[in-house]
Amino acid sequence: MSAVNATNEDLDDVLSGADIAPPPPAAAAPRRAGFAGAGRWLAENARALFGNAIPPLLGMLLFVGVWGLIAHGVKSIPGPAATWHSAVELFSHPFYDNGPNDKGIGWNILNSLYRVGIGFGAAALAGIPLGFLVGRFDFLNRMLSPIISILRPVSPLAWLPIGLLVLQKAEPASIWVIFISSVWPMVLNTAAGVQRIPQDYMNVARVLKLSEFKVFTRILFPAVLPYVLTGVRLSIGVAWLVIVAAEMLTGGTGIGFWVWDEWNNLNVAHIIIAIFIVGIVGLLLEQALMLLAKRFSYE
Amino acid sequence: MHSYVQIENAAVAFDTRKGRFTALTGVNLDIGRGEFVALIGHSGCGKSTLLNLVAGLVGASEGVLLLANKEIRGPGPDRSVVFQNHSLLPWLTAFGNVHLAVEKVFGGSESKAQLKARTTAALELVGLGHAATRLPGEISGGMKQRVGIARALAMEPKVLLMDEPFGALDALTRAHLQDELMKIVAVTKSTVIMVTHDVDEAVLLSDRIAMMTNGPAATIDEVLCVDLPRPRDRLQLAHDPRYHALRSRVLEFLYSRQARPSEAA
Repeated sequence: MSAVNATNEDLDDVLSGADIAPPPPAAAAPRRAGFAGAGRWLAENARALFGNAIPPLLGMLLFVGVWGLIAHGVKSIPGPAATWHSAVELFSHPFYDNGPNDKGIGWNILNSLYRVGIGFGAAALAGIPLGFLVGRFDFLNRMLSPIISILRPVSPLAWLPIGLLVLQKAEPASIWVIFISSVWPMVLNTAAGVQRIPQDYMNVARVLKLSEFKVFTRILFPAVLPYVLTGVRLSIGVAWLVIVAAEMLTGGTGIGFWVWDEWNNLNVAHIIIAIFIVGIVGLLLEQALMLLAKRFSYE
Repeated sequence: MHSYVQIENAAVAFDTRKGRFTALTGVNLDIGRGEFVALIGHSGCGKSTLLNLVAGLVGASEGVLLLANKEIRGPGPDRSVVFQNHSLLPWLTAFGNVHLAVEKVFGGSESKAQLKARTTAALELVGLGHAATRLPGEISGGMKQRVGIARALAMEPKVLLMDEPFGALDALTRAHLQDELMKIVAVTKSTVIMVTHDVDEAVLLSDRIAMMTNGPAATIDEVLCVDLPRPRDRLQLAHDPRYHALRSRVLEFLYSRQARPSEAA
């Protein structure tokens, strides 16, 4: 038995020594148990893989299937295969630049992300401190809540004419729209977080007679951080939703403009690709913030 | 006996939606320096309110409270509180939680090294020197409560206020922490007021037991002197007739004279 094991290990060592990086210790451990152990390990992992990967894969397959059927019926919509070929072609040259109305897809995505970054960043800088103040001081809360209640449900694009009027240019106007539509979730969530700080923590602060500064840095800020991050996550979702619509109206560059441009060119495959891009980038932004939020949760 | 904490004719009333609610009325209690007093009563009788009154977290609507002949106005670190649910800040380590209190009380007069030494000493006093770098979420309920005690003791308070500190713990952990608390108090000679609803705990730990009537408008009905010699040992006390007599007195008060209204009806 031990002889067989030795042979297996030697063989593995030769294989891994040749051109494969040494496996991580976790993977190496079951290998030592020989074929039987490795087989069991593989079987267990296969089951986990099956449980985790199969349902989403099935969902995607179903989606592509339905899409194919629709494309088969409606001739103007390209099917999955045609879209895939178009996407491969598109992403093989993402960063070309043939003048203002003809830039690579990479430039368009980066331009949109840049606008979202500026508008959202400004909204965070204004909204989070405002949320703290609204949450901490009831007077301010009662003063501002009617205004916020009225402004919050306004469609982001209704702000665009005001932005164009005041700022005169398309670029800052679209950033303004991002700002005004993404500031509310951060204000409201931060304020809710401040209001929901457990009384126990505030009692600790009172018994210790901590200064307002210490109360803020040691109790208020860390206690509210998870709420702030929820607000940030909602806001960045809104910002990314809004940018596509804003860019359709303002033109220039950006993924939203690109969708509109491709509509004028009647390039439906590119529009479908754009939908996927918007979805995937939005998903990545959200996931990145989820990871950040996990880092700061204490429960 | 020279009074250290004096509660004179104190009353507490809250304004609620249904009108004024009187939680406590006519409370009188004098506590000597270094004395351990338990407040016992049925839940809802206002014993925590009385503790919070001494802590300054609740204001008296009538009467006067004095600590070392000075009126108690608002909370302060000279009356540290061990909260029922430990109330540790979950983003600070055990060390960080204790250090926050130490820094506040001694930060003005002592060096950083001295503050660290105080913090470490407090954690070691409760037997948690090894867990200093752990977050509250990573330690057991008993350990959390010990950090809460370390935080309160590290402030070197004039009075240590404990609000059912062991109520949420299992019986074995509770017994263990009671023994440790007795040792600590014997060393630090702290003045302690402890809220409890555990008769054995009250008799084991206290010098006197203030027994409270049922609310609303609760008050201290009788103060029982626990004249058992210290150091006390729970196993020896189990065979001590004086212990049983005292225990019966408290039980009789709670279950016969102050039976819960629902049970009496």
